[in-house]
Amino acid sequence: MTNERILTDEMVAEITAYFPRYPSRQAVTLPALHIVNERLRHVPLQAVVEVAELLDLSPAQVQDTLTFYGFFKQDEPHGRVRAWVCRSISCHLRGADELFEHICHKAGVEPGGTTADGALTLEFGECLGACEFAPCVLANETLHKCVTNEQADAFVESLK
Amino acid sequence: MAEFEPVLLANIHQEDSHTLRAYESTGGYAGLKKVLGGMSADGVKELVKASGLRGRGGAGFPTGLKWTFLPKDHPGPIYFCLNADESEPGTFNNRILMEEDPHQVIEGLIISCFATAASTAYFYMRYEYPLAWKRVQAAVDECYAAGYLGKDILGSGYSLDIFLHRGAAAYICGEETGLIESLEGRRAWPRIKPPFPAVEGAFRKPTVVNNVETAACVKQIVDRGAGWFRSIGVPPDPNNPRDPGSFGPKLYCLSGHIEKPGCYEAPLGITVNELIDNYGGGVWRGRKAKAAIPGGISMGLLTADEFDCPLDFAGPGKYGCLGLGTAAVVVIDETVPMVDFLHNSCQFFSHESCGQCTPCREGTSWALKMMNRIKAGKGRLKDLDLLLEIADNIGIIPGTTICGLADGAAWPMKNAIRKFRGEFEEYIKRTNPDGYMETNPVPVLEIIGAH
Repeated sequence: MTNERILTDEMVAEITAYFPRYPSRQAVTLPALHIVNERLRHVPLQAVVEVAELLDLSPAQVQDTLTFYGFFKQDEPHGRVRAWVCRSISCHLRGADELFEHICHKAGVEPGGTTADGALTLEFGECLGACEFAPCVLANETLHKCVTNEQADAFVESLK
Repeated sequence: MAEFEPVLLANIHQEDSHTLRAYESTGGYAGLKKVLGGMSADGVKELVKASGLRGRGGAGFPTGLKWTFLPKDHPGPIYFCLNADESEPGTFNNRILMEEDPHQVIEGLIISCFATAASTAYFYMRYEYPLAWKRVQAAVDECYAAGYLGKDILGSGYSLDIFLHRGAAAYICGEETGLIESLEGRRAWPRIKPPFPAVEGAFRKPTVVNNVETAACVKQIVDRGAGWFRSIGVPPDPNNPRDPGSFGPKLYCLSGHIEKPGCYEAPLGITVNELIDNYGGGVWRGRKAKAAIPGGISMGLLTADEFDCPLDFAGPGKYGCLGLGTAAVVVIDETVPMVDFLHNSCQFFSHESCGQCTPCREGTSWALKMMNRIKAGKGRLKDLDLLLEIADNIGIIPGTTICGLADGAAWPMKNAIRKFRGEFEEYIKRTNPDGYMETNPVPVLEIIGAH
């Protein structure tokens, strides 16, 4: 089996630029995983192997850290927009579950799934730290505040 | 009530409050200049110690004392970690500080690093704060350009680097040794203490971990003095020799069923009633409150007739709660079944338990399975005793886990079931009329995952 390299020269340069910040290479694990994930929207096993090589680690060490977080997908990329509907207490009290269900129906996606066109991955998130704006949704870098069903519809429409 | 003049939030409503220009226009970095221009590291430590500042991250440990646990005359390096992994449900004060006034936090951080002789600081921020991330990074860049960071800061001979480090959506990284493990690139499994981080922390070197709001308080103490800080809040309880008092202003987060949710600055010791009525505009929709979380969901529950509880470090404990925590108050109105509340709490902790200690991993997971069953109308009265058995046996307090996450998981269970037992029993009998007395094993229901 041949494994084509996944990390581009640009990604490698970006990862190695982190080395002087820490007294250990292993500390660059999370920054490196974020760099790969930002570009590829997932971190396939081959990327783990290459990151490990850069950091002088066993791939198992990187894989161990990666899987701890549950944040990095490995099998396939998440949607172009990854949206987290906060389900923690403040949002729950203001209708987060109903909102999540509504968006699932509107976007035609199962909880945790990605739409067929790859536009949206919809997941629950734990407390997004925006409880004064409950219920809230973090979609990539945008925080949607006090989200009504109508706003959620507009958000889903905007992805088409 | 005399109106309290905000200090930590004094500048957040100004235009471009997140920029260096705006920050300096209100006297920003004067404190740092004063410190580097003539104070010794020990002098700053003593000042902070004298102020009585207690950590704002949740545990309330005296900050100055924590700093003095560092070994004397250590050859270095000493590391400083700023804990910006704010993830406690209901809590968002750090986010507001970082988004709207990042320089206040950074100035406090630089002063704290100087006091502890740290030459590298890692600003560990949770993933879910993209705007705060951008603003803090921009503010750090401004500081390097202005000579507040880097080599030989303001000609003082003191050098400091601040590096931002981004988390990956795991609550446990807010536990200080979990944070350190995560920073080092491993799974964020909290460490057994001792050794405490001050002796052996990040990269096996002495390390201080402080919260974002704590750093902002340090900056204000340098500007205004320890006496000013001690003039606000609640003095030590004379009947409790171990109570160091609760001094200073505090950022209270108010959310849930409240008319005006938000982050409000008030003296430590304000009561839940005062917070709801004077700041939050009352319970929403003209309804009555049924309960409130006093300081983030880990702290448990107050019933509506316990709202005279003062929100200082010693207050919530007197009402059976775990403590003040992050001072995030979540109001729950009369329409909410306590089964729903507890289900939500169990769901959170089951998802966020790091899996290292079996009592926490299994306890939180079985608690959720039982709550799923109760919520689905298949509960049994016996489940309430089983839930309490779990709650009473997981955590640092019973001595079965390494960190306090399990205590935080246990407290909502203990408080909800013990303070609202009648309601739980009524719910179970009503929704499972044929099976509520069942005591034989029953199957679990499916659990929905999150990211």
